[in-house]
Formats: sequence, structure tokens, C-alpha cells
Amino acid sequence: MAGTTTVRVPAAVRADERGPGPRGPRRPPLAVLVVTGLVVLVVSLLVTVTIGPAGLGVGEVARVVGHHLGLVGDVPTLHDAIVWDLRAPRVLTAAAVGAGLAVAGAVMQSLTRNPLADPYLLGLSSGASLGAVAVLVVGVSLLLPVAAFVGAVAALVATLALARTGGSVTPTRAVLAGLAVSQLAAAATSFVIFWTATGDSYREILSWLLGSLAGATWPSVAIAGGALLVVGSVVLVTGGRLDAFAFGDTAAAALGIDVDRTRWTLMTLVALLTGAMVAVSGAIGFVGLVLPHAVSVVTGPTHRRLLPVAALTGATFLVWADTLARTVFAPRELPVGIVTALVGVPVFAVLLRRGRGTAWS
Amino acid sequence: MELTISGVGVRLGGRWVVDGVDATPPPGALTGLLGPNGAGKTTLLRLVAGLLPPDAGAVLVPASPDAAAGDQVPVHALRSRDRARRVALLEQEAHATVPLTVREVVALGRIPYRSLWGADPDEAAVTRALAAADAAHLAERTWSTLSGGERQRVHIARALAQEPELLLLDEPTNHLDVSAQLSLLAFVAGLGVTTVAALHDLNLAAAFCTHVLVLSRGRLVAAGPPADVLTPALLREVYDVDADVLVHPRTGRPVIALAGRA
Repeated sequence: MAGTTTVRVPAAVRADERGPGPRGPRRPPLAVLVVTGLVVLVVSLLVTVTIGPAGLGVGEVARVVGHHLGLVGDVPTLHDAIVWDLRAPRVLTAAAVGAGLAVAGAVMQSLTRNPLADPYLLGLSSGASLGAVAVLVVGVSLLLPVAAFVGAVAALVATLALARTGGSVTPTRAVLAGLAVSQLAAAATSFVIFWTATGDSYREILSWLLGSLAGATWPSVAIAGGALLVVGSVVLVTGGRLDAFAFGDTAAAALGIDVDRTRWTLMTLVALLTGAMVAVSGAIGFVGLVLPHAVSVVTGPTHRRLLPVAALTGATFLVWADTLARTVFAPRELPVGIVTALVGVPVFAVLLRRGRGTAWS
Repeated sequence: MELTISGVGVRLGGRWVVDGVDATPPPGALTGLLGPNGAGKTTLLRLVAGLLPPDAGAVLVPASPDAAAGDQVPVHALRSRDRARRVALLEQEAHATVPLTVREVVALGRIPYRSLWGADPDEAAVTRALAAADAAHLAERTWSTLSGGERQRVHIARALAQEPELLLLDEPTNHLDVSAQLSLLAFVAGLGVTTVAALHDLNLAAAFCTHVLVLSRGRLVAAGPPADVLTPALLREVYDVDADVLVHPRTGRPVIALAGRA
């Protein structure tokens, strides 16, 4: 090594490179974000459950909730039906679906290194729609969640089978295979609608295709909440590994990540989560695509910070979007997918402009 | 790290991209991996990193960080997490798609050490790595705002955060200005970590490497100190160039003066 010591090399980077440079984004502590998110979500749930055309006051709603918690005696049957059978399952389903879609979107975007990825990337929404539409035209809407889930899983299996080469799923092939499966399922859906749908069933189908929480019941809460709890907690724990994908597959492998196994496992888990969401609410757009980006402006892109905050924000966002959807034109309901886009896109546009130079430069 | 590359070869698309390479890069020093485009440098680095299973031979590393001399195991047989604690690879042209800060990029190097819950047993490791790579002043910057030289420093810091015994660099001086090239290689050569770096610039290799390996069409054609290996005859055979090899008047290192194509 004798020779190298005589080469004069500055110990530090040259002075002109040393300036403070543009400051990076400020990132608040995770605990603050999570506590704030939790408080906002709980308050939102309590407030939105009092909102509705029946004109029940906060006190009456509180009495019904108290009754079911065993704190209050009898309450009027009508109040009980409105609050406990209609509104409560609806806001809780909205919260679970919003959280699930936000997490699913964030994970898909990282796994594919594609900011345009969303939870439906692998053909899930089209598969679910086909299943749902098939039972709607036959007129057995009770089977809808089951048919939608079966459709979503069938699409997932078809996509992964198409995308799989030599045992591994590459991001680009997954995206392309998902596209192919989506197109096929969408064509089949259109065919079924075109061939068989009439007046009423057509509106029902359209509303479902745009995403709607109007049919939410306690079983929907159980399906969406259960899927969120099971898949969400696995994803939250293993989500840190997703950071390793920031510089691509080889970098992730060099950091000790089993790239193929991680991608397979997480894609499948997230797809099953999405399948459960689609089954109870149809394909609600925007949340999974844009919300993770909006949240990452505040949290930064590392997943241990992004995923929990995205889940809480997605839940709150969808609770309010659905409340708007069912009240703005009451007694008519808008599909919530329309509201998520109408409210979300302007918010996102503001973030996109303000985030210039830090986030998406 | 005592590294033994033993008859290693790999077939990709029906062709031996790396073919029967035997080499023992000296521990604690910088070894240059030379050869024209397509010679198999990147593939050999991936084999040495344990990311690609060889079809022939093996890359042997000590069975554990404190193993006795000669107690070696194939690198691709290590558990991937253990391997990532001992071997760091910096790819050519690694770009992030998400707006990470420099500190977050360097923290990626701690992934092999994190617990299931994400806790790092050595919280100060990222700060130390930033300081060691002289990138502490960049810590709060966003990755996308860095210059080429700054990015390469941050990549080095990320690799150092892995606390590797073996550092593998693929064309680390690409896209850097002359001054940044010199400062980067001087830094790497002075680390005292066993390092293998694929290099395009023969003069940089001659100036900073203790040992060089020359690949041509997947085969190792020469190995040894740069002054012994980088001869006009070898440069003609491998690179198809007509060159004189001079001695630098101040450093005493070889200087390759290209006269034209052979």
C-alpha cells in the first residue's frame, strides 16, 4: 500500500460541496403521528355514527351504544335499528376497508417499485366485479360477497400463474399479467351486463362497480376487520423488510432479504386482504393508489412509519367519504368511489404542489 | 476476510458467463476487478456476494467472523441474514424510487441486524457509518438532491453500516468527476476491509489497488500486483489496445499511456 499514501487526496469532500444544501423534509416522531391518528379516527367514528337523515341526537346515539355495552337500559327499537344495525356496521366497515386499502396500496407500490400500483393491480377488482355481477344478474345478491371474493382470488391465481417465471415473480411481469387478467375479466363483466342486465339490476351493478358501503352489515365488519387484523398485523411486522426494496431487487438480496419469497408472500397476503375488502365494498378507487403517497409526505417512505399512519389515515378518510356519500344527496346515495376521488384528488393536488422539491422531485 | 474463489463458474442463458475462476484477493486490501465490458465482472461480483449460486466451483469465506484460518464455507450456503452482516455489495447505478433521506438510506444497511420489531441493537451504527464515509453533513438531505459523488459516498456509508468483512463494489467511480474518483478510491483503499471493486479505469486501478484480477470472456487471464499484471502485452490481448506502461514519477505506480487501438 506504500504507493497510495503519496497520492494527495483531500480528507474531506471539497469545500464547495460542503454547503448546507437543501434541507431534507422534517419528519415528526412516529408515536405522535400514531396517537394523533388514533384520536382522530375514534372521534370520527363517534361523530359520523350520529350523522344521518333520521335526525338522532348525540344523546340518543350514545344511549344506544351504551345499551349494547350493557351500561344503559332499554332504548327505542327504531333508534336501536338505525344506530346499531345500520350506521355502526357501516362506519366500522368503512374504517376497516379504508385502512386495508391504504396498507395494500403502500405494499404493492413498494413491491413493484411502481408509484402507480394500487391494491387492484393483480386483477383483483375486475375478478371480483365479474363474480359480483354474475350473481347480481342472477338475482342472488346475498351471495355477492362470496362471489366477489371467489372472483378476486381466481383473478389473483391467474395473474400469479401468468407472471411466474422459473419460480419467481418479477414486478414488471406481475403488472403486465395483472393488466391482462383485468382486461379479460372486464370484458367478461361487460358482456354479462350487456347481455342480461335490466333497469334495476343495472343501477345496482353500477353502484357496486364504483364501490359502495351501502350494504354493510355486522358480517361485513367481521370480514373486513378480521382480514385487516390478520393480514395487517403480519404486514406491519414484516413491513420493515420492504424498505430494502428501495434500491431494487439486487440491493434487497444483498441486505439479506429473500426477494422472491418476500414478494410472493406479501403479494398474496395483500391480495387476500384486498379480496376481502372488495367483497364487502366493491372496488373503491383512489384510497389505495394515492393515500400512501399523501401520507408519505409526512411520514417519509420507510414502512415502519408509513404503514401504521397510512392505515389510520385511510380509515378516517373512508369513514368521512362514506358519510358524505350517504348524506349529501340524501335520501339518494352516491357510490363512495365517486366521493373518494372528488375529495381526494384536490387534496392530493395540493400535496403534490407543496411536496415539490422534497418528495417527488 | 480470507476469501477464496475456487474454480467458480456460472451459466446464464446457456453460456458460461463466468468460467473456472480461481483467485485469492488479499485480506484487508483493495483488489481491482478489471476487464472489458461483458467480461463477467458484475456476474463474478454477484457470485462472490452469494447472490447467485455457482454452477461450478465455489466462493469460500470463513465459516464465522472468528473462524480459524482455513475453516471456510461456500458463501451462498450462509443464511442470507448472516451473509448480509458480513458481505456488502454496492451495485452499479442503484437508484431509489422513493424520497428517502440520506440517513434513511444508510439505515437500510442495518436491516440485517434489526429484530423482528425493527429495533437496531446498535443505534449509533448509522451515525458512525455516515461519519466514516464523511457523509455526516448530508444526513438530513433527500437522496434525489445529491450529486453523483455524494450519492456514491452515501452508498459507501450504507455498505459500512452493514459492518462488512468483505466489501464488493461494481464500478464505484462511474459518473464521478476526477477529484471524486480519487477521493473515493483512496478512502476505500484505506478502510482496511477486504474489498473487490470492478473498475473500468486502468489508471485508477493501477494507482489504488494492491492486487488486480483481469477477466476476459468470463475467464481469469491474469492476477497479481498491478505493476506485474498490467503489461503492454496483456492490455493488447485483453483490451485490444496499443499501450505503454510508464512509472509515475512521484507515486511510483504504473501509468497506462494509450497509443491507440492494437
